[in-house]
Amino acid sequence: MRKNLTRIGIILIAVLALYYGSTHRSLTSNVVGSTQAKTKNILIVGSTALQPLAERAGSEYEKINKETSITVQGGGSGAGLTQVQAGSVQIGSSDIFAEQQSSIQAAKLSDHRVAVVGIAPVTNKDVTIKNLSMDQLRKIFTGEVKNWRDLGGPDLAITVVNRSSGSGTRTVFEKSVLAGQTALHAQEQDSNGTVQKIVASAPGSISYLSFGYITGANLNTISIDHVKPTQSNVETNKWKIWGYEHMYTHGKAEGETAKFIKYFQSKKIQSGIVKKLGYIPLAGMQVTKNSQGKVSGK
Amino acid sequence: MTRRHNKNSQDPIRNSLLQKSISAKKDEFGRSLSLSALILIGVVVFSIFFFVLSRGLMTFTLDHINPFNFIFGTVWNPTSPDANGNLQFGAMPMIVGSFLVTLLSALVATPFAIATSLFMVEIQPNWGKKIMQPVVELLVGIPSVVYGFIGLTVVVPFLRNIFGGSGFGILAGTIVLFVMILPTITSLTIDALKNVPNHYRESALAIGATRWQMIYKVILRAATPGILTAIVFGMARAFGEALAVQMVVGNAAIMPNGLMSSAATLTSVLTQGIGNTADGSVQNDVLWTLAMLLLIMSLFFNLIIGLIGKQTNISKGKR
Repeated sequence: MRKNLTRIGIILIAVLALYYGSTHRSLTSNVVGSTQAKTKNILIVGSTALQPLAERAGSEYEKINKETSITVQGGGSGAGLTQVQAGSVQIGSSDIFAEQQSSIQAAKLSDHRVAVVGIAPVTNKDVTIKNLSMDQLRKIFTGEVKNWRDLGGPDLAITVVNRSSGSGTRTVFEKSVLAGQTALHAQEQDSNGTVQKIVASAPGSISYLSFGYITGANLNTISIDHVKPTQSNVETNKWKIWGYEHMYTHGKAEGETAKFIKYFQSKKIQSGIVKKLGYIPLAGMQVTKNSQGKVSGK
Repeated sequence: MTRRHNKNSQDPIRNSLLQKSISAKKDEFGRSLSLSALILIGVVVFSIFFFVLSRGLMTFTLDHINPFNFIFGTVWNPTSPDANGNLQFGAMPMIVGSFLVTLLSALVATPFAIATSLFMVEIQPNWGKKIMQPVVELLVGIPSVVYGFIGLTVVVPFLRNIFGGSGFGILAGTIVLFVMILPTITSLTIDALKNVPNHYRESALAIGATRWQMIYKVILRAATPGILTAIVFGMARAFGEALAVQMVVGNAAIMPNGLMSSAATLTSVLTQGIGNTADGSVQNDVLWTLAMLLLIMSLFFNLIIGLIGKQTNISKGKR
């Protein structure tokens, strides 16, 4: 009797789940709340790369506007886009364009760029190479070249460290470097910080980091085609590996949210905190990039 | 008539006999409280199953990915399309990775656990109880992120220096998991050994068995079901462990070709990917399917434990 009851229960759950799973696209994103009301609480969810910057800007803003409270959470770019589309947060932050994320209806969101982030390849100190061509870099990350010796370096196996598939930094890097080729299946780590530690300690390793994380003694920054990864080179697009930090709102930004984003884009924050944390201010950029990766003059 | 009625209502003894006593009320209250807790747990379990299954099945029902290809495919490429513009969802590398680290760590941990618990129960009970037991219990309580961090800063560089390469991989994962499940298996094995009735030992020694013969031929045999349960419990923990493994296993979704090869487990792919995918996309759905596989596996482990428990078994209390 008890056994049969358990069996019936299991079958019931399976049938129900199968029915629900085949008829409903998503369990959460169908609900659109009215969060655009003139609320004084701003919830920012998403990109972990933007998180420290948003936290600092948020607390600065709170100092001026005492009745506003700004909460910043991580969760990843995908989570940010999903939740802002569902209307459950005021701002969804993302390292990538909403257009690049399938299942997000980008037309319903408005994009507010708040900073530019440059990304550069880094190797362990023992790799004596300082410069690579874009083609050589591509060959490393597609697995065509397996030893530093073939690129004029020491006789040392190349260990590629990738970011998790779908991560914003990786998406930007692969879009700029791989030119549509499939990346090598290498080990993956889920944050800039971990990657930095691993590359600093593992011989022959190579990865990529956003500019703010390129510090520390055992890292070797690579120039591409003799262009150094600097802020001014990003601003003129001489350095090609860069992307935007986006803040998406559901529809047009309104009320306090709009005010906060405007504050974020103001000169005070841009040339202050943005620069200090290793991001590149928007104002200096002489070019723009669209979601397809096309660069045009400003 | 009226007199009798009056007498009735004023009779305190009769009243106290007919009314529910306070302790009976408490009893009833307690029963309803535990029943509602049970119902709540039932609802939660049901909801979890329903949620994970319905999300996990979307991969097959809405995204039309062939379940056979999903489970047995060996290429995992959820975000970047290959030359033909197709995304590939083959979960085999993760399934193999999960099973490899689980089985290997259980294989290494079991002899250690049995030896430790034999020492603590049969050879040196006093000393074992005073020193070893607290140590084992302490090890159970250490959070997995600590194990992962030790793995990242000690085990991985150590392996790198010995074997070369990056140091991340199956072997590093196995070592970290071995330390993590050792206390689990040990403490459950101790219970199994303690449950072997004392007259088994006495009879064995009385007919002239040495201590080793007694341990090997009687105690271990009698405690086998309990020890097996302990091993399966350890494996269940290893299989579901996410953070510590993710930090040392390398997370490359490729079929492992050696102990030093980077690999990925179901849990590590899940934890890394879930924040980077948008709800309702294929990339998100396949992660839910991996979660569903994990759930099914943990059910499977429970089933095994149940089956072992059903075998004739002194360690379950038949004395």
